[in-house]
Amino acid sequence: MSYRSILKPAFWDHEDVAAGPHKHLFNFRRIWRSAVILTAMVALAPLLFMAAIDYNVSQKAIEADIHYQTARLVSNTRRSISFFFSERKSALDFIDKDNTYAALSDPLRLTALLDNLKKGFGGFTDLGVIDARGLQHTYVGPYDLAGINYNDQDWFQDLKESGVHISEVFLGFRQQPHLVVAVKHNLPDDGFYVLRASIDTQKFNDLLREVEVSGEGDIFLVTREGVLQTPSRFFGNALDRLPLEVPAFSEKTQVTGAHLQAEPLVVGYAYVQETPFVLMAVKKKSALMKPWNDTRRQLIAFLAVSISGIVLVVLGVSTFLVNQIFEADHKRVAALHKVEYANKMASLGRLSAGVAHEINNPLAIINEKAGLIKDLFQLQRTYAADSRLVGLVDAILYSVERCAKITKRLLGFARHLESKTQSVDIVEVIHEVLGFLGKEAEYRSFTLAVDAESTIPTIESDRGRLQEIFLNLFNNAFAAMEDGGRLAITVRRAGADFIAATVSDTGCGISESDLKRIFEPFFSTKTGKGGTGLGLSITYGLIQELGGSVSVRSEVGKGTEFTVRLPVKAKSSGENKSESPVSG
Amino acid sequence: MKVLLVDDEKELVTTLAERLSIRGWEAQWATSAEEALDRLHAESFDIAVLDVKMPRVDGLLLKKKMQAICPAMKFIFVTGHGSSRDFQTGASEVGADYYLVKPLNIDKLIAKMNEALQR
Repeated sequence: MSYRSILKPAFWDHEDVAAGPHKHLFNFRRIWRSAVILTAMVALAPLLFMAAIDYNVSQKAIEADIHYQTARLVSNTRRSISFFFSERKSALDFIDKDNTYAALSDPLRLTALLDNLKKGFGGFTDLGVIDARGLQHTYVGPYDLAGINYNDQDWFQDLKESGVHISEVFLGFRQQPHLVVAVKHNLPDDGFYVLRASIDTQKFNDLLREVEVSGEGDIFLVTREGVLQTPSRFFGNALDRLPLEVPAFSEKTQVTGAHLQAEPLVVGYAYVQETPFVLMAVKKKSALMKPWNDTRRQLIAFLAVSISGIVLVVLGVSTFLVNQIFEADHKRVAALHKVEYANKMASLGRLSAGVAHEINNPLAIINEKAGLIKDLFQLQRTYAADSRLVGLVDAILYSVERCAKITKRLLGFARHLESKTQSVDIVEVIHEVLGFLGKEAEYRSFTLAVDAESTIPTIESDRGRLQEIFLNLFNNAFAAMEDGGRLAITVRRAGADFIAATVSDTGCGISESDLKRIFEPFFSTKTGKGGTGLGLSITYGLIQELGGSVSVRSEVGKGTEFTVRLPVKAKSSGENKSESPVSG
Repeated sequence: MKVLLVDDEKELVTTLAERLSIRGWEAQWATSAEEALDRLHAESFDIAVLDVKMPRVDGLLLKKKMQAICPAMKFIFVTGHGSSRDFQTGASEVGADYYLVKPLNIDKLIAKMNEALQR
């Protein structure tokens, strides 16, 4: 048996019967489908709805959190960077204001000031004083930069306007990344001078390196043109080109998205005021979303398990309930059918009894008249010797006897309908029923064999029912056999309380799968040959009513063997009428 | 022995009476219950063969009436409806000696009548 047939409910293949004349009230497949769809919808819809809402809300909350964290990180770091520069600028301002131009032009004084700056702030590498013509006339530091003229450099021209200059990072003469902070000091005679200091970038590189960036992220300074100003974890060293586009200017800290080689990124940035720098924090979105992805996986797994559970329960419960309805309906139809069949048989019985009775009277007259003719012939010598005449009369009497047998059987058929228990010789019943089928057996050259033990007792049973049982079994055997088949009936005792009658034929046999269903009402293999599918079902019912049981063995192509076990004593102590003569 | 045959089929009773006469019985016949009772008032019979189903008065009732007139009489019932349960019940109630199903076998009928008379 395949898994499919185990799982398939009984009602599934029921359509062919429903289409027949005895309709079931319901279309079971449709009921089952509606039940499954409706219950599944009612159970699953709220679950899916809530899951979808929860999914969206959680995802949005996590994205908002990422946005907020990034914005805060960038904003804090920018403050630190701004503070770094304003601190150094203020230091230079203070030196300007605390010293006269003449004092600053003294290399000894300038050296002392550079030493103080190095000690107080750190990061200062050199210090120089430039006059209004752009000439650096005093310089203290590790290189020989005294006497250089900056007048034709852009930053010097800008400085004249703005008063302060913070340069981009560059390698300069020393091939060391550094930047320059310069402040302009106006003199009373409309002239001015500039105090210029080089600052080692190591100081703010360290500042950025200390910042912890979540999501496998990176934080760095970049120029507006996209040149890295500090080393980055993923995009190369200072002065390398950033492979990302620098976002447009904004006064406030912003968070936006970007893609690098199809990898989605979260980019936070802020323009650092009064500097050419843009602070950028770049995080990998996949890394940031990892906790959410884990949660999401759990959510989806939970959802999948819940849905499978609900669907299984819905399928199971629906199938069970529809099967119950199906079985109840099946029983209803079978009962209805049995009643209809009983009614039909009753009508048929009354009809045949009436016909038999009507025919019996004229038949009796023919019988008597022919009998009288024979009597007369035998009384008179002339005719007594005429064997031909006597033979003719005997032929009439023989025919009357045959007709009488037929009418008796018709009357017997009517009698089936009245349930009554009586002493029955089962072997006699079998012979009687075979007598009904004698002609057909003769035409089709069947061999009929009855083998009964001599010790078979008469049993308390219903003669009519027994006749019907054996008639059905024999009819089935006849239908199954080819011409020339053999029908064998054996009757044996089966223990003290039962007898067993076995009916075996040499017919086409019944397949194993059909064998389980042959006693079901409406099950017929004689499709299109007028089989009602009720014969064996009724036989089964009758045998049960008589307190017996029936079993079947069959081999396809070899034949079938039905064994009917019947109790010797009837179970109920109901009416027990005898047909033997009663004396007055 | 005197036998009274009662059946609404005249052809049947007359022929049967003749056949019994041939076999040495003194057979009379009637085609209704009334006629049968009239005959019984006129003369006595040893045995009666009655059809169960007759118009107006059926065989069972007729038997009771005849028994009232002639208590020693024996009875045989004949029916065209051999298996009727009503008949069986009736037969056991009124105490019919025997019943036979039509069409009759004359030898069997005689055997039954002899059997009944010997009781």
